[in-house]
Amino acid sequence: MIPAAFEYHRPKNVQDAIGILVEHGDEARVLAGGHSLIPMMKLRMAAIEHLVDLQDVDGLSGISIDGGRITIGAMTTQHELITHDGLATAAPILREAALQIADPQVRYVGTIGGNVANGDPGNDMPGLMQCLDASFTLVGPDGTREVAARDFYEAAYMTERSDEEILTAISFNATAGGYSYEKQKRKIGDYATAAAAVLLQKDGDTCTGASIAMTNLSDTPVFSEAAGAALTGTSVGKADIEAAVAAALSDIDPTEDNRGPVEFKRHVAAVVIARAITRAWSRA
Amino acid sequence: MSDKMHLKMTVNGKQEDLLVEPRELLIYVLREKLNLTGPHVGCETTHCGACTVELNGKSVKSCTVLAAQAQGAEVTTVEGLSTPDDLHVLQKAFREHHGLQCGFCTPGMITRAHRLLQENPNPTEEEVRFGIAGNLCRCTGYQNIVKSILAAAAEMNAAKEAAE
Repeated sequence: MIPAAFEYHRPKNVQDAIGILVEHGDEARVLAGGHSLIPMMKLRMAAIEHLVDLQDVDGLSGISIDGGRITIGAMTTQHELITHDGLATAAPILREAALQIADPQVRYVGTIGGNVANGDPGNDMPGLMQCLDASFTLVGPDGTREVAARDFYEAAYMTERSDEEILTAISFNATAGGYSYEKQKRKIGDYATAAAAVLLQKDGDTCTGASIAMTNLSDTPVFSEAAGAALTGTSVGKADIEAAVAAALSDIDPTEDNRGPVEFKRHVAAVVIARAITRAWSRA
Repeated sequence: MSDKMHLKMTVNGKQEDLLVEPRELLIYVLREKLNLTGPHVGCETTHCGACTVELNGKSVKSCTVLAAQAQGAEVTTVEGLSTPDDLHVLQKAFREHHGLQCGFCTPGMITRAHRLLQENPNPTEEEVRFGIAGNLCRCTGYQNIVKSILAAAAEMNAAKEAAE
C-alpha cells in the first residue's frame, strides 16, 4: 500500500503554504500529522497531486493561556495537549478527551487542527469544540477570519473552510465547573460508537449552566442546546438527567455501520450521555 | 512517477543520504534501502504497531510516515538500542521473562517501551498497559510483555541509582 505519486512541498510560512493552495486549487492538500490523510492516500481513496507539509511552518503550534482565553495552534499534537500542565488546569476536558483518541503512537503525531479540520464525524475534537463553543481561525488569500465551531460543519468531510484556506488555530474560554468526556468504543484506537462532552456549572445545589455535545452520532458533530436547557435550573436529579438524555437523543441521527445498528447506537448514546452528565455533576 | 528527492536523516546515530520518491513510506526506506529489518510490516494500516520506530523522540508507526516527512529527522530503530556486544536491558528482560513467543511484534514493543520508560521511568502496571496500547501481540496475552517492561524499568532505575 503505497500512495500514488505527488509533488511534495514544505513551506516555511503560512503565506507560502496558501500560495501553493491557490496555485493548485483542489489538487493540493495540506498535511498536518497525516494520520487521517496518509491512510486515505495509501488506500488510493484520496488522490493528491500536491501535498503541502505544514511541519516547518512557523507559529502553528503551541498552547497559550491569556487570562480566561485559551488558544491552541493547529499543529499542536494530542500528546502535547495531554502533557500541558496549564491546559490541564484551565480546561481539563481537553486532556480527558485526548487520552481517549487513538493510541500513544498516533497521539504523538495527530494534531488538534487536523482532527477538527478534516470533518470526519468520527473524530472526537469536533464534538468537544461544540461543547466548548470554540472558534476556529482560518487564513486564506483574502485574509483571516474566525468561524464558530458550531457553524463550521456542514456534512461528513464538508466544512466551512474553503480549499484555499488553512485552519491555523483554535480558541475557547477556560472552563469552570464540572466536565466529562465519555466515549464508548470497541477497542483502544477505535472511533466512538457514541461519545458525549458535558460541561456543567453549579451554584449550591442548582445547575446554572450546561453545555452538551456528541460525537459520531450524525454526519456532523452535534451540539444539543435542548439537552443543556433541560438541566439548567434543576438539581440534576434522575428525572432531570433522563429529560436531558431524551432531548439529546432527539438531536441525533446515527446511521448503521460496523459499530452497530441505529437502535444500538441510540442506546449507547443514552448511556454515555447519562454517564457524562453524572460525572460532570460530581466534579462541579 | 514523481521526481526523486534527496533525503537526509540520521538513523541510529548514522547520517544517511538517500534518493527517494516522496511517496515512499518510512518503513520501506528503513527495511529495503537501509536493510534495517527490525521494524516489521504487520497490518500496514496504523493499527498493529509492529513498524514502531522513534522519530525525533516520539514513537511513531513508520507505515504511516512518508519518507519525505523524515527529512532532517533523527530515527532510532530497535537495531539502534543494542550494541554489537550487548543487548539492551529491555531486550534482556524480554528474553528473561518470556516476553515473546513468535517475536513478530517484539521490535515494535521494545522500541515503544524504550520511549515509554524515557518519559515515565517508574510506571505502574496500568501505565505500561496504556502506554503500549498501540502495539498488538497475538501470542502472549500481554502478561509477560508487561512483566518484561516492569522488570526492565526496575533494572534501569537500580543502575541509575548505583551510578549516582
